[in-house]
Amino acid sequence: MAPTLLTGNVAAAWGARLARVDYVPAFPITPQTEIIETLGAWVDSGDMPGRMVTLESEHSMLTAAGAAAATGVRVFSATSSQGLLHAMEMIYTVAGWRAPFVLVNVSRGLASPITLEADHNDVLAARDSGFLQIHCADCQEVVDGVLLAYRLAEDPAVRLPVMVNLDGFYLSFTREPVNLPDPAEVAQFLQPFDPGAIRFAASAPESQAVAVLGGSPYSYFRYETHLAAQNAVSVYGDIAGEFRERFGRERGAVEAYQTEDAEVVFFMMGSFATKAREAVDRLREAGQRVGLLRPRLLRPYPADIIAGALEGVSGVAVIDQNLSVGQGGVLHTELSAALYGREGAPAVLTSFIGGLGGREISPEEFYQMAAVTRQAVETGVTPPPRLLYTETELREIRKLQSVALVERDETSPRGGAGKPPGEEDKQ
Amino acid sequence: MTEAIRLKAKDYKSGVKPIWCPGCGHFSVFNAITKAMAALGINKDDTVMVSGIGCSSRLPAYVDSYGFHGVHGRGLAIAQGLKVARPDLTVLAMGGDGDGFSIGGNHFIHACRRNVDMTYIAMDNEVYGMTKGQASPTTPMDWDHSKLTPHGPGVRPFKPAALALASGAPWIARAYSGNPNQMAKLIAEAIEFRGFSFLHVMSQCITFCPEQTDWKSIVHEREEPALSDADEAAKLFLHEDGFQTGLLYSEQRSTWPPDSAVQIEEGAVDQLAAAFRV
Repeated sequence: MAPTLLTGNVAAAWGARLARVDYVPAFPITPQTEIIETLGAWVDSGDMPGRMVTLESEHSMLTAAGAAAATGVRVFSATSSQGLLHAMEMIYTVAGWRAPFVLVNVSRGLASPITLEADHNDVLAARDSGFLQIHCADCQEVVDGVLLAYRLAEDPAVRLPVMVNLDGFYLSFTREPVNLPDPAEVAQFLQPFDPGAIRFAASAPESQAVAVLGGSPYSYFRYETHLAAQNAVSVYGDIAGEFRERFGRERGAVEAYQTEDAEVVFFMMGSFATKAREAVDRLREAGQRVGLLRPRLLRPYPADIIAGALEGVSGVAVIDQNLSVGQGGVLHTELSAALYGREGAPAVLTSFIGGLGGREISPEEFYQMAAVTRQAVETGVTPPPRLLYTETELREIRKLQSVALVERDETSPRGGAGKPPGEEDKQ
Repeated sequence: MTEAIRLKAKDYKSGVKPIWCPGCGHFSVFNAITKAMAALGINKDDTVMVSGIGCSSRLPAYVDSYGFHGVHGRGLAIAQGLKVARPDLTVLAMGGDGDGFSIGGNHFIHACRRNVDMTYIAMDNEVYGMTKGQASPTTPMDWDHSKLTPHGPGVRPFKPAALALASGAPWIARAYSGNPNQMAKLIAEAIEFRGFSFLHVMSQCITFCPEQTDWKSIVHEREEPALSDADEAAKLFLHEDGFQTGLLYSEQRSTWPPDSAVQIEEGAVDQLAAAFRV
């Protein structure tokens, strides 16, 4: 089949359509709305037999998704950023219900300040919830990721909801050539959902999501959810293997690009990793042994696979398109935890925060990160974490701030807003 | 220098250029707000505009007062918190029908019930504009212009005035973007009213609902004085066409938090003393 030009949003909608979903609860939010609008049009035209309902908020939407999934039907929904946060109460709750469904998140930075463009703080806010997470780097991975996500979610050893993440604007609104899998092939790969014990059956009443009072049963069920999530590492490996055989595309838990003989490796997720791949090629041309390692699967965290891929690597430049305020990059923290004490682990992990709120990461910055990491390997001194931010950007923002301060001074009747507190009385 | 200078409506504009589409009804609401502020001679420094998320929620940036661009649906929660903490401030909350009646619907009914002394302006264009045209809780059932609901939302729209009344709002008025003078007058009255004043503005979205230009021939001004009886108001709000403008209902109720100085009727203390005399 010839590739079709699709935006990441429409690719996500195709994933849902090919998965033959039964139910889509929806609520619009930028930059995700195109997904539900596409599905709405298909449901209307009869191309998709499922049922779609618009809700009054993401909180209700996630509740509806979880409730529908708990009856044993195949459910799809999509959100982004503030919407995911608004639904956060239900994100944790429905994960505990152990009702599998797929939620696409179109990553967008969180308020405040308000922005529309991509970073991963939204999806990472859900990392401890029990939802599994698949992260995509291009539009092809989005449609593939949704199909893989259903297999993973519905596997009897897992039975957890799965989030598929794509970056707002960079993927959501960018058209790329996408090979849409043949529906008959997909039907073979993704069989009808067998909900097993997950059901809502007439004459067989049972109570779900009951309260447990006390730490003992609570610990048991929370840890059971954790073990189910951990099962998903090997389950995902099997599914990705089957996917490769059937569709010819490699979708393993991590993407390892030129890591075999690499001294320095970039470690990052999402669409910006395609820029890293390009930088690797340029650096290789210049004779440097550089590679890229990108987790597709973030939850469960494929620690052994990552550690294996980094064995023998001297330094890792971890690029976090997120910021855990007061701590630093989430990927850096998690990678450090995964590698600590392992034999053959890289000696140096440098930390870079880049791409917040959709800020570009330039090729030069990749070259610089590789150079800084190589230097750290040579000197044995790891530099402190660094925000990718140029002198020009800093000068520009300082200029705007000084204009704002002057304006405030000129217009404020109390004056002195530009002076430190208390200074205005000293004159 | 100490002499107060009377500000004009334009002096209450921040100079930030609105992002609204040409022909958007919200321009008119913005003008009416600044006009009302000028008419009341409101001090900019004592006034706060609070909003949620959406096209209309961009309004605080355009007014030269204190402003707060909140979270989707949370404008009223922020505004009430602010007013309770700083009762000396004039607080106006504002937003659209999506922000106020769907994701923030819970805050709306409880704000009506709580009756904090503030003003809420809901700019109702019956559509989610910022996400490019989806049905909101006030969209007609058969509105079929959205890709998301190609045959209309199929759900009965809210009647915001009826909802406000049932939730306990003591002051309910309706304005239309095509009549900014009436709107300015109503906003001034809303600000002066002691309690939660709810102004429902029919503010057309030319981009996604071009049919709303017809509102011009549908709106009609209320000629009778405002109702002060909740029973009568309930009948009105359930049966009206939703396009009657003017002050529709007004009744004085105790606000929250209650006044710290309790009003005592004249002679009441003497009567009480007499009752305890032996």
